[in-house]
Amino acid sequence: MNHAPDFDSRVAAALANPTLKVAIERTTGTARTKRAAAMAAWPEFPAARALGRDIKDHVIENLAHYLVAFEKNADAAGTKVHWARTGEEACQIVVDICRKAGAKSVTRAKSMLGEEIGLPHALEAAGLERVETDLAEHIIQLAGDPPSHIVWPALHKTREQVAELFRAHHRDPGAMATVEAMVASARRQLREKFMAADVGISGANFLVADTGAVCTVTNEGNAELTTTPPRIHIVTAGIEKLVPSTAHAMAMLRLLVRSATGAELTQYTTFHNGPKRAQDRDGPDEFHIVLVDAGRTRMLNEGLAEMLRCIRCGACLNHCVVYRQIGGHAYGATYPGPMGSVLTPMLDGLEQAQDLPRACTLNGQCQEVCPVAIPLPTLLRGWREKSWQRGFEPARVRWALALWRFTAMRPRLYEFAGNIGLRIMPLFAHGGWISRMPLAGGWTAHRDMPSPSGGTFLAQYRRRFKK
Amino acid sequence: MPKCAGLEQNVTLEIRPAENSLPHVALFATCLVNAMRPAVGFAALALLEQAGCRVDVPQGQTCCGQPALNSGDAEGTRQIARRNIEMLEPFDHVVVPSGSCAATIRLHYPELLAHDPAWAARARNLAARTHELLSYLADIRGWLPEGISLEASATYHDSCSGLRELGLKAQPRKLLAAVNDLTLRKLEGEETCCGFGGTFCVKYPAISNAIVDEKAVAVEASGAALLLGGDLGCLLNMAGKLHRRGAAVRAFHAAEILAGMGDAPAIGETP
Repeated sequence: MNHAPDFDSRVAAALANPTLKVAIERTTGTARTKRAAAMAAWPEFPAARALGRDIKDHVIENLAHYLVAFEKNADAAGTKVHWARTGEEACQIVVDICRKAGAKSVTRAKSMLGEEIGLPHALEAAGLERVETDLAEHIIQLAGDPPSHIVWPALHKTREQVAELFRAHHRDPGAMATVEAMVASARRQLREKFMAADVGISGANFLVADTGAVCTVTNEGNAELTTTPPRIHIVTAGIEKLVPSTAHAMAMLRLLVRSATGAELTQYTTFHNGPKRAQDRDGPDEFHIVLVDAGRTRMLNEGLAEMLRCIRCGACLNHCVVYRQIGGHAYGATYPGPMGSVLTPMLDGLEQAQDLPRACTLNGQCQEVCPVAIPLPTLLRGWREKSWQRGFEPARVRWALALWRFTAMRPRLYEFAGNIGLRIMPLFAHGGWISRMPLAGGWTAHRDMPSPSGGTFLAQYRRRFKK
Repeated sequence: MPKCAGLEQNVTLEIRPAENSLPHVALFATCLVNAMRPAVGFAALALLEQAGCRVDVPQGQTCCGQPALNSGDAEGTRQIARRNIEMLEPFDHVVVPSGSCAATIRLHYPELLAHDPAWAARARNLAARTHELLSYLADIRGWLPEGISLEASATYHDSCSGLRELGLKAQPRKLLAAVNDLTLRKLEGEETCCGFGGTFCVKYPAISNAIVDEKAVAVEASGAALLLGGDLGCLLNMAGKLHRRGAAVRAFHAAEILAGMGDAPAIGETP
């Protein structure tokens, strides 16, 4: 969780980086194309989406029931369930389990919740060797970067940059001429770490209440290698990940995978349930699940219940015109893009994150592609209202709006003021266009403004129809 | 108009005696059209009259309140909403040549005033009778242009509010297809935001610029001579960027083309 101080400077840095733009467009462009193809081949999408929304809403409305059921069934399978009110508590629980087991090395499968609660840092602070096993997480671990996308954390790196990183950090990098060669190098690098780790930590895509199982989806199989060979498997999961049953998880999976990558299913879809039993050939000796609140129950009371539907597919990021220009790091938070701009003010505080809900055109495409129909623009507008009420808008914006509102309530004054503006503007025009004008720098820095001519429509209408 | 007993007070049903009266329509021109492009107002006026409406332009009109709405000033928006409801509710229909301003009245006024017992029903009632111009012409009036021709190639940008809040997609294409000699070319990414976003474009000018630059590239790549749309804010943004880039594409509101004003100066051109 890197919180650089200033949104505008992060945006400027991102926009000045042409390689970043190439990297973003390669991945999100492919994702948009594949998702569109998947949706075109899936006429049931609207119905599936309504079902997905209803499943999540039902669970959120009956959260206490499903949490208790999940704990009971997980416990029956031999899993130890832990409860964490905050991210710090969750990290402490994980570190304590590792210490008690005398662990030295920890492998980790990608988990955005882990990033949210600062688990990578907590593991390192506890003196544990942390090995990220997701290929993209491996890349950003080598680069020392935070994730820039919730599905493709290394999306900001081009393959050329990745080749450079691997050459610098891998034991036996080889030629790095092709993507396959790069993957092979990462595999050689990670394989022995998988087998030597004492603890494997994963997240959860779904928690299945009636079985106590944890569902993870990956395309690399790294989650399975993270959770199976080590002695101990720890899951950290937000409490909103619950679904009532395996059938419900399947309904959600159809939405998740198509929305994220356009595929029908990921290469690996695994239901982890309990530690190794006597008849099992492999599996961990201990299986822990840390259920994390970290602001989620607070969201219920803050008008953000709909945000708890989110299944972290990343479609809203891929389709967001702002994300596509500035990338994930400019948001300065764990979760970027539209879903992040709703979550971050909750997680990090509205004052610090006030730019995020504002830096949005409210074009609605995020809501359109959301597989669980989260009204993201409405929620962002809600943050803007809170921001306005708490006085976070800059004084000049408040004054300008107050002045505008005062005149908008008074048509004669409005017309009078408007006419002054319409008389002044042509003074700055050349050939019908204004390319520079005082107080209009936000517009004219980047585009021209047509010069008005002939007075307002209302005045012309009165003249023409002699009213 | 007959009132229907038993419904909430102030709710008037759209049941009218068939022939004897034309719908009395208020043209809400929007603040941008009023100040920056009066031609769109006159085009809308002409189109509504051709489509069989008795049109008035309420002289007290200013703005729908979007700048306040999108800045989070809910109370300020409510003040403006109440004022506009009072001004516009005497008319049968309110027609707006902008998807985002129409959506503000249709969707956001009822939301904002939902918990105000004195205004909730009035807001809903006005919302139900408020329409974006092109959808009003195509869907409500069943009107198509006749005898209008313009020998040109054009491309169409779907402004986001109209597209996603009001379902405006087929209507402008259907109307424009009835203009003789006009060929419509597909705009790659026609449903992607142009980066205007109301106050967004001046609050975050660098991001807005990056977005509209991509849009301008797509417009230029379409090869069309004209860029058409249904929302003046977006059109000013795109036209301004195209001009800054030195592109020759000319921008009009679709209503101007439909009203046969396609030979008049485009946005930013001098007569």
